[in-house]
Amino acid sequence: MTWETIIGLEVHVQLKTRSKMFCGCSASFGDPPNTNVCPTCLALPGALPVPNAEAIRLATLAALALNCTVHERSVFARKNYFYPDLPKGYQISQFDKPLATKGWVEIDTAERGRLRIGVTRLHVEEDSGKSVHDRFPGKTAIDLNRAGVPLAEIVSEPDLRSPAEARAYLVALKQILVFAGVSACSMEEGSLRVDGNLSIHRPGTPFGTKTEVKNLNSFANVERALELELARQTEVLDADGTVDQVTMLYHAGSDSMRVMRSKEESHDYRYFPDPDLPPLVLARTWIEARREELPELPDQKRQRLISSYGIPAYDAGVLIGEPLLADYFEAVVAAGADAKQASNWVMGDVIAAWNDTAALEVSAPRLVALIALLAANTVSHASARKIFAEMRTSGETPEVLAERLGLKQVADTGALEKWVDEVLAANPSEVARYKGGESKLIGFFVGQVMKKSGGKADPKAVQPVLIGKLT
Amino acid sequence: MTAVKNISDAIRTGRTTAARSAEQVTRLLIDADKKGLNAALDWSPAYLAHEARRIDHRAEKGRLAGVPIAVKDNIATLDLPTTCASRILDGYVSPFEATVIRRLREAGAYVACKANLDEFAMGSSTEWSAFGRVQHPLDPSRVPGGSSGGSAALVAAGVTPVALGSETGGSVRQPASFCGVVGLKPTYGRVSRYGLIAFGSSLDCVSPFGEKVDDVARVLAVMSGHDPLDATTADRPPLTLDEPRRDLRGLTIGLPAEYFPADLHAGVRAALDRTIARVRELGAAVKEVSLPHTQYAVPTYYIVAPAEAAANLARFDGVRYGPRGGAANADLTQMYRDTRGRGFGPEVRRRILVGTYVLSAGYGEQYYHRAQQVRGLIARDFDAVFSAGVDLLLTPTTPTPAFKAGDKIEDPVAMYLADIFVCPSSLSGHPAVSIPVGRDEGLPIGAQLIAPPWHEARMLAAAAAIEGVVDAKREVRP
Repeated sequence: MTWETIIGLEVHVQLKTRSKMFCGCSASFGDPPNTNVCPTCLALPGALPVPNAEAIRLATLAALALNCTVHERSVFARKNYFYPDLPKGYQISQFDKPLATKGWVEIDTAERGRLRIGVTRLHVEEDSGKSVHDRFPGKTAIDLNRAGVPLAEIVSEPDLRSPAEARAYLVALKQILVFAGVSACSMEEGSLRVDGNLSIHRPGTPFGTKTEVKNLNSFANVERALELELARQTEVLDADGTVDQVTMLYHAGSDSMRVMRSKEESHDYRYFPDPDLPPLVLARTWIEARREELPELPDQKRQRLISSYGIPAYDAGVLIGEPLLADYFEAVVAAGADAKQASNWVMGDVIAAWNDTAALEVSAPRLVALIALLAANTVSHASARKIFAEMRTSGETPEVLAERLGLKQVADTGALEKWVDEVLAANPSEVARYKGGESKLIGFFVGQVMKKSGGKADPKAVQPVLIGKLT
Repeated sequence: MTAVKNISDAIRTGRTTAARSAEQVTRLLIDADKKGLNAALDWSPAYLAHEARRIDHRAEKGRLAGVPIAVKDNIATLDLPTTCASRILDGYVSPFEATVIRRLREAGAYVACKANLDEFAMGSSTEWSAFGRVQHPLDPSRVPGGSSGGSAALVAAGVTPVALGSETGGSVRQPASFCGVVGLKPTYGRVSRYGLIAFGSSLDCVSPFGEKVDDVARVLAVMSGHDPLDATTADRPPLTLDEPRRDLRGLTIGLPAEYFPADLHAGVRAALDRTIARVRELGAAVKEVSLPHTQYAVPTYYIVAPAEAAANLARFDGVRYGPRGGAANADLTQMYRDTRGRGFGPEVRRRILVGTYVLSAGYGEQYYHRAQQVRGLIARDFDAVFSAGVDLLLTPTTPTPAFKAGDKIEDPVAMYLADIFVCPSSLSGHPAVSIPVGRDEGLPIGAQLIAPPWHEARMLAAAAAIEGVVDAKREVRP
């Protein structure tokens, strides 16, 4: 009998607010150390927290986007532990009365098809500061710019059955949160962080002891670290050993794991309601108004792209990978392009450019004009891609660029005949073989003519000229 | 004419100046220091002169023009250090001032000095200050009560007409009673805690002392009201005071049986008996009532307050401010141990340990959560009597007059029981005021009025009426 893998994920996302969770300091990333601080986030004696209404609004949107029940009454609690980058000696979080519970995320999996992964809870909390260990030799520096930045913690049910499913869940979750506009979800900037919990057991028996996996800085690393932990636990249990309740730290550089702390070393957080903050009370009508405010979410958008534009499900899936690209696609179609042509362009050169500069440099009408040049055979596909690359930085229209770069296809018989004559003269043996019956060599001759013309010859016009000369 | 009104009227009408008031306070502070009262911590003639000039140059003098206020040293002030009478904050100067201080200064008052206290407001005798104990102004061998003992002693010694203390479990009413001055705890949420260094956040209230009821009422009126910087302040306008009253006609005053035990100190009983007689003469209906959960208040308090304190005091870790312990090469744990082990005194360490214990895994339900339930029952006791037609409760403030220094320092529980009559209303958040009602063998005795939430105006008007007919300086047992 094989082992069944049980995985649950805890995801922290930074809410896209201008100011911090409990004070007015800027929540922006990358500013000089300790410049976005005040008495409250420095935990100076006598300072008090006041909740950020925008953070509550964004967390509510996130909860609704994840199909959670948002509670009219939730409670901020203190999570007590000592660490130099935790100024108050406790983190303000939510414990037994979180903002939202019982939601789900739908994912597509290779082995189990389309699945609903439960979301146990979503709660609001503040971030800690940053300990900088590599700046001053032998010392640790503390940067408190991040201290107090608002986070939503999203805890999944243990519904995931493989590291690949865990990754699919993260992709879907991130897409939903980005669409809902609640978080940038950038792992590089730390606005999305993941901890994994994994255990294995024989199907039909109780769950095994779970371990926690930390320090996962990309979705690929999440999958990889969970695979390593799965292999480790399988080896232990196959040898009739026991899995200890530990926290494992993944090290991407060496692609390895080590034990960070054992159960005995785990913290007793001594949660209790924060007496500085009254219970968070949200009117039902306010919550419903937030539901109305939710933008179109990935699944809805995918369905609509398929049904409204007739593009393949694969294309729709790629397009919603980035909400702005999906919007761009729709703008291109609205400006007159064929949907499939538009989708091909967006999935190809547009995404490549986006990945490069994170900007949409070619306006939708310009792309439509380029697609039209291609459709009219005015330029070849290869030339169109050259023009696209040029359009990213130049302000010229595709027509002007095709002219200026000399990329207009030549269908003029006189010019074509000259190139054809040169090609035939240069390849006498192929001409002989063609005449001897090897008619598929026509492709070779077309290619040579295209080459000679520098891509400008219209291949559809080349073939009749060739056939005329060869017979 | 009461002190606050007297000074502010004189300055508003130009009969005197803040500069003259500050010079007088300077002389009084020097005298008090010479006597060894040890009630004032940080102050300076230069700062007093500077503040006086600020007031004298103002066009609009304000309701508290030129009123000097001693401020308990757990309330953040600009310019003067804020230490909580703890080595862990030795020399700390806050970059911001408490909302109450800002409001009082805007109304024309000024900070006369920072006042001594039990370290972090933890204590009932002001013997637990890292900067030495405060003497009782009438008997140097006795304690002034605590934890706001410095503030109480300064008012009782006539150094300042009013002072700010803070209450968590009676820390203003109890020393007011011991020192023979008025101490007023407002409804929880009436006054901003922003800038009050937290001890038990769900209990802490900035609370004024004064010579007379009118003095504390005027101070409360200025500092009360919603503060956007404190999410626990009620969304209410500042307190408006009632017209003074000469009688108590139409009021029903309840006497809770649990506050008059058989073994109550004879002097306290005599003082209360005399006060109750006066209350009847003023026309109030007096009836005995019961607050059955009173006996659980002190144990409940000593679970809830330390639990919150253990978290509130976690920020004193030597990382960002205050003296840092540990050798330069010490590891993190050693740095924490040295900083906190040396920085905090014995009573603070005791409460941090208790507070950590009562929330720890496996004990939270049994202690902290149980205590919160009992706290609810204590509040319900009050709600029940107030909804059954009682307007105010009258009780002794403390079970005995001021005790001798050293008497209870080795016995924490005996010390904690000095707060038995002030703890319940701290836990329930009700407003209460202690007024002096007589002396026994020269030591002041206080009586306490407790009101329904937000009824400070009613309570203060009644307290002033009683104050007018009770000779607070007279011996109650001939």
